[in-house]
Amino acid sequence: MAHAYTPGLKVMPCTMLRKKRLLPIPGKVISLMEQKVEALDIVAQTELPGKVFSVNVANRLAVSPEEIEEFMLKREGDAVKKGETIAENKPMIKWFKTVIESPVDGTVESVSALTGQVLLREPPRQLPIKAYVKGKVVEVTPGFGVTIESEGTFIQGIFGIGGETNGEIVMAVASPDEDLTPENIKDTHKGKIVVGGKHASLAAIKRAIELGVNAIVVGGIHDRDLRQLLGYDIGVAVTGTEQLGVTVIVTEGFGAIPMAEYTFKLLASRNGEKASVSGATQIRAGVMRPEIIVPGFPKNVTECKKDQGRGWIEPGDPIRIIREPHFGVIGTVKALPPELTVIGSESRARVLEVELAGGEVIVVPRANIEVLEK
Amino acid sequence: MSNKNLEIIIATDCGSTTTKAILIEKKGDIYRQTFRGEAPTTVEAPFEDVTKGVLNSITEVEELSGRRILDGERIITPNNGNTGADIYVSTSSAGGGLQMMVAGAVKAMTGESAQRCALGAGAIVMDVLASNDGRADHEKIERIRQLRPDMMLLSGGTDGGTITHVVELAQFLKAADPKPRLGASYKLPVIYAGNNKAHAQIKEILGDRTALIITENLRPALERENLMPARHKIHDIFLEHVMQQAPGYPRLMKMVGAPIMPTPAAVGTMTEKFAKANNFNVLAVDIGGATTDVFSVFSGVFNRTVSANLGMSYSISNVMAEAGLANILRWLPFDVEEQDLRNRLKNKMIRPTTIPQTVEDLQIEHAVAREALRLAFDQHKALAVGLKGVQQERSISDAFDQTSSGQSLINVMKLDYVIGSGGILAHSPRRTQSMMMMIDAYQPEGVTRMAVDSIFMMPHLGVLAQVSEKAALDVFYNDCLVRLGTCLAPKGLGKDGQLILEWEVKTPDGKKLAGELRFGDIVHLPMDAPKARLTARPSKGFDMGAGPGNSFEADIEGGVVGLVLDGRGRPFNISKEPVRRLGDLGKWYKAMGMYPV
Repeated sequence: MAHAYTPGLKVMPCTMLRKKRLLPIPGKVISLMEQKVEALDIVAQTELPGKVFSVNVANRLAVSPEEIEEFMLKREGDAVKKGETIAENKPMIKWFKTVIESPVDGTVESVSALTGQVLLREPPRQLPIKAYVKGKVVEVTPGFGVTIESEGTFIQGIFGIGGETNGEIVMAVASPDEDLTPENIKDTHKGKIVVGGKHASLAAIKRAIELGVNAIVVGGIHDRDLRQLLGYDIGVAVTGTEQLGVTVIVTEGFGAIPMAEYTFKLLASRNGEKASVSGATQIRAGVMRPEIIVPGFPKNVTECKKDQGRGWIEPGDPIRIIREPHFGVIGTVKALPPELTVIGSESRARVLEVELAGGEVIVVPRANIEVLEK
Repeated sequence: MSNKNLEIIIATDCGSTTTKAILIEKKGDIYRQTFRGEAPTTVEAPFEDVTKGVLNSITEVEELSGRRILDGERIITPNNGNTGADIYVSTSSAGGGLQMMVAGAVKAMTGESAQRCALGAGAIVMDVLASNDGRADHEKIERIRQLRPDMMLLSGGTDGGTITHVVELAQFLKAADPKPRLGASYKLPVIYAGNNKAHAQIKEILGDRTALIITENLRPALERENLMPARHKIHDIFLEHVMQQAPGYPRLMKMVGAPIMPTPAAVGTMTEKFAKANNFNVLAVDIGGATTDVFSVFSGVFNRTVSANLGMSYSISNVMAEAGLANILRWLPFDVEEQDLRNRLKNKMIRPTTIPQTVEDLQIEHAVAREALRLAFDQHKALAVGLKGVQQERSISDAFDQTSSGQSLINVMKLDYVIGSGGILAHSPRRTQSMMMMIDAYQPEGVTRMAVDSIFMMPHLGVLAQVSEKAALDVFYNDCLVRLGTCLAPKGLGKDGQLILEWEVKTPDGKKLAGELRFGDIVHLPMDAPKARLTARPSKGFDMGAGPGNSFEADIEGGVVGLVLDGRGRPFNISKEPVRRLGDLGKWYKAMGMYPV
């Protein structure tokens, strides 16, 4: 049977997934092998070296660099407090005395007789890594962290902003083609993951931030609103570090696009349950999409799917069109003609025939569809 | 092996996503590219061995050509009948290419020289640190620590000059204790190419913490740049350290018959060889999904820049951010809502592999491409400059012509040849679209020949040129370049409809073509003759290369598009008045037969 390889976002009622939780630099692993962890548990921790500040002692004391040693009150390795004197001159007349104070709390990193600079380092900062998902430690990477295995509902979005967060899922609208309005967001949504339908406006996102909502999951947003929210245009899709006060996950794309019904229903089936979500998106080699993970089975599911989907499409598969002129339209694969076909733009491309709900059949480049996984 | 024995050559380019193999065979006295194959690159999990993708792509060449090249995982050498190849060469940009950070004492002087040095070696420059770059010291240190380059190039000071700034930079580097991107247990390679008086101090500061390599100063005097020694060191370290850490590369290095080159370095080599062989000023561009590389050779001086976030898919939204929506909209011959355009471009960014299905969508991508090409060219012009900080002797006659040091080397009137590559230029449904995108973005003046590298063969040929320049150039002329034609663009401004040029073209077979060009018009003349002689008689105030109003003769070439007589004037400005703009675009696109009606 004809089939074609195609990308698709995972929308799975239940699957087994593994999350690597590693420190950027070596540190201490806290969790043990086989240990059961909750999303907010700290699994590893390290110290980030403090920031380095320079003080040009030679300039400030008006001496040559090789002379600064004799004016230093602190030596390399000494601890210093902010405002504490680290060097001073000894003039004949007291009025001409110059005192150099440390601009930070920390230690003296180096004293250079070549440049006359003194480098001071702030104390290290603690960097903990949380488990992020509820599960079991299945691998320990000494010095760096752990791998956690978790079984649960797994939904990928297409784009997100904001980092990892947790909270209870709450459905704020009744259907996937309903807009998420500011009025849909209530005081009781504080600390929760709010699911909308077609589109979240700037006002709705601002309202969510105001009320302390942890995350919004919605079909689409307008790019213009995103720009207003962030204060800049996102040039390259590398996100996750934004500090907006809310994580936003878009499941379909930019514009007002109803959330795929299957995704919406799946989220609704986990209403009221605790989820881990991340807006981090990286669209480069080694792609990373935003995600929603809800540990455990939905009520109607009894078995977890172990495979990751077959990775190709065949006639009969449900797909979504992801480019104009049919952006957002959902249909079924009717045929996969093997030969190159001239499309409207006059390019020659591999295409597929898609049957729409009303029975109409249209031809679309294979590059412009996404498989809807079930 | 002597070059005489080179008859069969297999070459690969290991890109981030695809590994492309080509077979080159000597037919009589000429080398021709005969078969090609491609396979997904296998640097990342689950394979983590680049040679798998290489072998797969070569296997495809074997299947298509009927030649047996592989014996298991070994390339059979030398060639014997229908078996084996005489040499195998490869380039690589897999795993993100060569990522470097450079530092210099003064940003516009040694900082810029260091940047040129690293870019010319094929690197992506992640940041340029300088004593006067406007950042606080702790910010510089933080930045060094955050970025994890493959290697660092430290320069600063002229030979025998003051050492303070460069020593200070070394101390910051030590304080940051940077780690290389690959192989956490290795020390970061640092190339020192600064003031030779500071060698001892640099060794003392960085000798323990980093893998320090000291080479000649890249700016020994203010008026002299000496980039080659440091560039060679970058290539050595690329092979010895960086490649050794990348999955499968130690094996690949044993397979090749000449050193592996970073892909952009190979493209640069090919551009230089082509320019030198023809005594041309050349501009070559490779516009990809994430980045745009620009190479130029002007008056024999080679320059390369890479615009890391100007591209047609991953970075398409950044083109919009940098160019501004108005600049993209100005190329569209129809109205589109700002919100709609914004959403469309963002949707391409998040689904980068989609393709335009409608003419309207194609035109939007072409509009973005013009801006990406223009911005990358602007960045290139800013870096491809004469040395800054050089004292210039002026005579009385120069007093009224005050030019500062550091003028751009790029002069579009003197540009002889433009080569475009990358999906949007190489695979446009109509070649006129590729040619017009380049004309609109670069606004060439006078006589400029244009071509596209349709299957991006320049990397393979650049690395091959190390072994056989003849083989590389033969294939370059015969199989790599798809000649588009020549653009004739008088420099000057006039009134709509004003006669600005009379022209005559004689082809070698005695055919004669002649005509006029009026201001505001574009004339498209199909002509595929590879060579022809042009006589251009510009009107008063218009320049074709011999000065305003002066007749000009030149060799030109035809191609799949032919001659494009661009009467829109230079500098060329699109009308800001919407009705006029739409009318002009419609007229020009129709004259060129750009899009289906």
